[in-house]
Amino acid sequence: MSSIKIRSKRLDGKTQIRTLITHPMENGRNRNKQGKLIPAHHIQDLWIKQNDIKVITCHMGGSISKNPYFDFVLNGGEPGDKITIIWVDNLGKTDSQIHTIK
Amino acid sequence: MLINRRKFIKSALAIAAYGSTFANGFLHSAQANTQWLKDRFKPGTYEQTIAYLFNGAEIVDSHKIKFFRLPHVAENGAVVPIKIATQIKNVEKIYILVEKNPHPLSAEFSFSTLAVPQVSARLKMAETSDVIVIVEAEGKYYRKSKKVKVTIGGCG
Repeated sequence: MSSIKIRSKRLDGKTQIRTLITHPMENGRNRNKQGKLIPAHHIQDLWIKQNDIKVITCHMGGSISKNPYFDFVLNGGEPGDKITIIWVDNLGKTDSQIHTIK
Repeated sequence: MLINRRKFIKSALAIAAYGSTFANGFLHSAQANTQWLKDRFKPGTYEQTIAYLFNGAEIVDSHKIKFFRLPHVAENGAVVPIKIATQIKNVEKIYILVEKNPHPLSAEFSFSTLAVPQVSARLKMAETSDVIVIVEAEGKYYRKSKKVKVTIGGCG
């Protein structure tokens, strides 16, 4: 099960891409029940590609909410275009998901 | 048989995705730039972050940046929705900063010409503070800020 959910909607020749990523997004300042600091674990880089062309790059720190939601709009987007979303976190974990515009 | 085929297609897609990632050098550049990234998102004051990011460049307040969904009063500082749209042309980057967060820079988005410079996200806010959005276009910087009151944990 991928950690990335992607939905797309075409409107007036533009395409709205909504994405929800399952990730703890710990900023390294919260404490657990034993009072110990929870180490930082957050997404650092996020890429959105349309048919293998990089469209949006995002760098982020720990101050994006847990299970981050993003919403982008592309200028084009035809049915059948492939949208790829890839993230990499500060521990080197990565995930990607491919979505086809309907 | 069917399950195997499905699994095969799934893994083939995943490999293709990873392969193209490496081919474009994204991951490579990410690893090379880790220190650079850490410097940007390191804890500090708002002034330090601004100085580090823009190196003293002039930042102009602009009404062409619009906020949607960003509340005046956020009941929960852990999830503050924000949507940014702008009429400024040739936008390259959008920075989201929260002035009083321990890590003032929240996120940095780079847009190619294929994308509309518009984004929505959800921020964490430690306390009542200004949310500042800085838009970079053609080497110039534009800013808009809005105060958001965070009420969690008491009389705020």
